[in-house]
Amino acid sequence: MISAHMDEIGYVVVDVEKEGYLRVSPVGGVNPLSGYARAVVFENGVSGALMHQPHKDSVKFSDLFIDIGADSREEALEMVKIGDCAVSARSFSSLGKNRVSSPIMDDRCACALLIELLLSLDKPVNTVIGVFSVQEEVGCRGAKTAAFALEPDLGLAIDVTTNGDTPETKLPSVRLGDGPAIKIQDQGSISSPEIVRMLEKAAENASVKYQREVLPFGGTDASAIQLSRGGIKAGTLSIPCRYVHTPVETIDMRDMAGALETIKEFVKL
Amino acid sequence: MELKELCLLRGISGDESEIRNYIKKECLKYTENVRIGRGGCLIAEIRGRKNPQKRVMLSAHMDEVGFAVTSACEDGLLRITAVGGIDSRVSVSKRVLVGSRALPGVIGAMPIHLQSPEDRMRVMRLSDLFVDIGESTKAGAEKAAPINSSVTFDTPYTEFGAGFVCCKALDDRVGCYNMLRLMEKAPFDDTVIFVFTSMEEVGLLGARTAAYDVDPDEAIVLETTAANDIGMVDETKQVCRAGKGVALSFMDRRTITPRALFEHALSVAEKNGIALQVKSGTTGGNDAGAVHTSRRGIPTITLSVPCRNIHSPASVCALSDIEAQYHEAEALISNTDWRN
Repeated sequence: MISAHMDEIGYVVVDVEKEGYLRVSPVGGVNPLSGYARAVVFENGVSGALMHQPHKDSVKFSDLFIDIGADSREEALEMVKIGDCAVSARSFSSLGKNRVSSPIMDDRCACALLIELLLSLDKPVNTVIGVFSVQEEVGCRGAKTAAFALEPDLGLAIDVTTNGDTPETKLPSVRLGDGPAIKIQDQGSISSPEIVRMLEKAAENASVKYQREVLPFGGTDASAIQLSRGGIKAGTLSIPCRYVHTPVETIDMRDMAGALETIKEFVKL
Repeated sequence: MELKELCLLRGISGDESEIRNYIKKECLKYTENVRIGRGGCLIAEIRGRKNPQKRVMLSAHMDEVGFAVTSACEDGLLRITAVGGIDSRVSVSKRVLVGSRALPGVIGAMPIHLQSPEDRMRVMRLSDLFVDIGESTKAGAEKAAPINSSVTFDTPYTEFGAGFVCCKALDDRVGCYNMLRLMEKAPFDDTVIFVFTSMEEVGLLGARTAAYDVDPDEAIVLETTAANDIGMVDETKQVCRAGKGVALSFMDRRTITPRALFEHALSVAEKNGIALQVKSGTTGGNDAGAVHTSRRGIPTITLSVPCRNIHSPASVCALSDIEAQYHEAEALISNTDWRN
């Protein structure tokens, strides 16, 4: 089982002010500080500005609202309903020679890798089950039920990980452009040593430069797969990503190419 | 069977035998297929008339918040710890029942005359509280209420005002009450498994095991939820109001309700003229969190009765909301065709 999650973090409408502003709660780990002052969009196409007023030095979720251009509660409720979700407005830009930036690199870059992998398979040695999972950002709920249903022999999550190569950051030691990162552990799981060895071997077979990653926080679908049924050997291949859970998540396409070659070899082992 | 009886029976998390025995006796009136799961849940199954292979789990938790005795002091007072989420501020000077013999007691704390100005500014913690059961020695207290004795609030059941009810343990004997009423209505077209869960208040422990055990196609959880419509709460911050109908959550800390099921519940309420409100907050969590991620995933929806002063000795619900929960649950079990 190889899983990449389809969901992304966002904002759910919990109430509407008399003046038409939407009050929101987080869906997943949204930091209100890095979250505000962004353009957002609803599933039905309604656009909004996520903001707070007046300016404060520290921002709490209860300070935030979405302005969708409505002048009253009634007008707003004709455009969206309580319980509707907003996400960052779609954008995608190239930075320099190798890097790309978007609000949803986490985890669409892994979805892209998984699709490429599945398309590339021609008479595979092992059965590969690609799982595009739901509700990862709220606690790996989709991978939990999928792992139970599929009962795989081993599980691999593909997900982004944060970096230690921006000013004033140190951990983890992962750097953009130094290749895909093989996760040793994070807060959610300790990767099965067997999966770690397999990933290393796969990268070596493909002549791909890789990094080893120890993340003192966070978690991936591997944490849910690992605890399914009587226990399933699981690990994670990470795509190094700067500014995770902000509108400017940034990855390096060289790491993506290395990751694809690595998982192509991985499924042969 | 009345709501009053259910509320007054005692059963903190992990010590549900008294309430469970009562409910078991009631269940046996409607089906012989009643058993107690290994996680302490009471599971009663009534086969469907039309589609018996379709299995719907209906659940409500039997356990209530309370305390457990941790030690006896030299002067015969008992030290306690909370079982479930209890605000120590609502516990002071409340009457309680202690241990298997239900000894009367009262939760004590330092009286205002003896408090320093600093004491008065400070919130009393649970460790500042003790239970007085009228014993005067450590040995006497230990004999009357050994370590791990359960302590429950002792509140009379009172219906008052324009259709409200006040008691302890409305969370979630209201759900148990409506489940038993629905058993009386059974059989339904689909097989319905009535699960009275244990240990919800300490982490959804009973429901986690029961959902695995029962392996239903879908689940409906009957619960109570915090109503914050009193006092100085700004109108837009009132996420749920007593007397305004059964509350439906689109999302809380543990569960996101499947959208199709959520929409189905709204349309069922509208079609049947059932008072329903959408809870405009995403805090809290209940058995649905454990049920919906069990096995392959079990689509789950929660129908909640708004409850003021929840987790306190004097919780308040509107009788009309309890009726709305009953009718909405009945309508949903009678129409489980919600998948697009």
